[in-house]
Amino acid sequence: MTLPIPSGTRDVLPDEMRELRAIGDALRGVFEEAGYGEVSTPALEYESVLAKGDLAGARPAYRVVDDHGDVLVLRSDMTVPIARVASSRYSSAELPLRFWYLAHAYRQVRPRRGMSRELLQVGIELIGSGAPEGTAEALTVLCRGLAATGLRDFRVGLGDASLFPAVLDGLGLPDDARGRILHELSTHDFVGVERELAAAGLTRDAADSLVALAQQRGGAEVLDAVPEAAAQAVAGMRDVHALLDDDVADRVIFDLGLVRDLGYYTGAVFEVYDPALGVPLGGGGRYDDLLGQFGRPVPAVGFALVVDRLHLALHGEERG
Amino acid sequence: MTPPLTIAVPRGALMGDTLDLLDRLGVDTAEVRANDRKLLFADIGIVTMRPSDVPTYVEAGAADIGITGKDVLTEQSEREVYELLDLHYGFCRMVVASVDGPDPAVEALRRLGIVRIATKYLKTASRYFEATGRQAEIVEVKGSVELAPLTGLAEAIVDLTATGTTMRENGLVEREHLFDSTARLIANPVAHKLKAAAIDDLVARIRDLELTRAG
Repeated sequence: MTLPIPSGTRDVLPDEMRELRAIGDALRGVFEEAGYGEVSTPALEYESVLAKGDLAGARPAYRVVDDHGDVLVLRSDMTVPIARVASSRYSSAELPLRFWYLAHAYRQVRPRRGMSRELLQVGIELIGSGAPEGTAEALTVLCRGLAATGLRDFRVGLGDASLFPAVLDGLGLPDDARGRILHELSTHDFVGVERELAAAGLTRDAADSLVALAQQRGGAEVLDAVPEAAAQAVAGMRDVHALLDDDVADRVIFDLGLVRDLGYYTGAVFEVYDPALGVPLGGGGRYDDLLGQFGRPVPAVGFALVVDRLHLALHGEERG
Repeated sequence: MTPPLTIAVPRGALMGDTLDLLDRLGVDTAEVRANDRKLLFADIGIVTMRPSDVPTYVEAGAADIGITGKDVLTEQSEREVYELLDLHYGFCRMVVASVDGPDPAVEALRRLGIVRIATKYLKTASRYFEATGRQAEIVEVKGSVELAPLTGLAEAIVDLTATGTTMRENGLVEREHLFDSTARLIANPVAHKLKAAAIDDLVARIRDLELTRAG
């Protein structure tokens, strides 16, 4: 008898499980070596608690009402539960706190290659360590961890969530135009960015240079092109880069148009690419305001990798 | 030598202009033009497919970049691809149309509270009627949409039209205009980062042709 399982979930059988386990073990070795401790949190959280993060960016797939009438959700990311743990269980502990996890998150997504509704993520959260040191540490742990899994050709895009908003502020655009431009940018519709810039009354040259800016990616030379209004974001990216060892710095691509789909990022953001896979393996960034929502306003940074995508990329690299 | 980029080229109405564009960029498309049935041209990095399949190949990274209509991208708005350029050819309009005379769609909404809309563009049509506060039953058809209002399958259609000739010949008139569609250059997000030099070079050369913006 063949019985179905819910859409966007799947069974993992021993051959695949061994490979996934090897990936997790390689990462665990690097994380533990770097002083990170593993945490596990409930798969179910109160919706009101998760809503302190960004439920629109990582939409939960499953909600239930418990016997008291409270709405519970299957967590849609691990950053918010760990922020809760840090503030509830470590409210007076010495900083920084270093946590890692390997856990399922549940999202309302279109199931496709490397993206399921039940999503196995692995990552770290570094709480209480600001920019640039904390960001550099997270990038270092990320690259060393990926290298430990045997992945060869990955690169890490590094951007800053405050860069483009600052550039637009410098132009003195009204809020509604600014919002529309940032929306087009977040959906990576550069034709739409161009249209909205023209609608906001920018000259063609000014609009062209902004569209070009949003697509600047490469070595440190791309930072020279950024307008004065975003000088702070650029200085931050240079500071992080200066702290990286060569093996990590060589992996970094500066990416001025990098936008993550989660709303709580405040500064540096990053995303992991591998030529063997058409989608990013994961990403992360600084969320310096999130812990404040939980009563302990301290800066933090973290990343999450989708284990299935890492597995696909390793398999792809092996096949050449 | 392996070509630097794999390009998804749409078959059908956009194919001629797309191949002309590639010729002007220095890609020799003679082999593509001569082989109507062959789909993959590895030595020049071209794969040919239906326009609606282009976002699928580009999102998955099976093609690095591709060319397709804005109508396709609007219908498949959930696809994670970068939209890089408006190529300003393949101009079409997405419209609501119904049979000439008193509008049967208005009559249906007034007396029945719901209108039946036949279309190939399910999401575009349902989003549009939802956004304009009207209840619509969206009927999916795969062939000639113009047939639906003539046979009573639906009161109106949502469809793409270039000249309006087919609609006119079937006694249909345009009632509402949703948006204009032109060919767009799209890129895979990872290729956009890791093959940045090749993609930027191509975009710059297309911009230099000055077809990307009129006036």
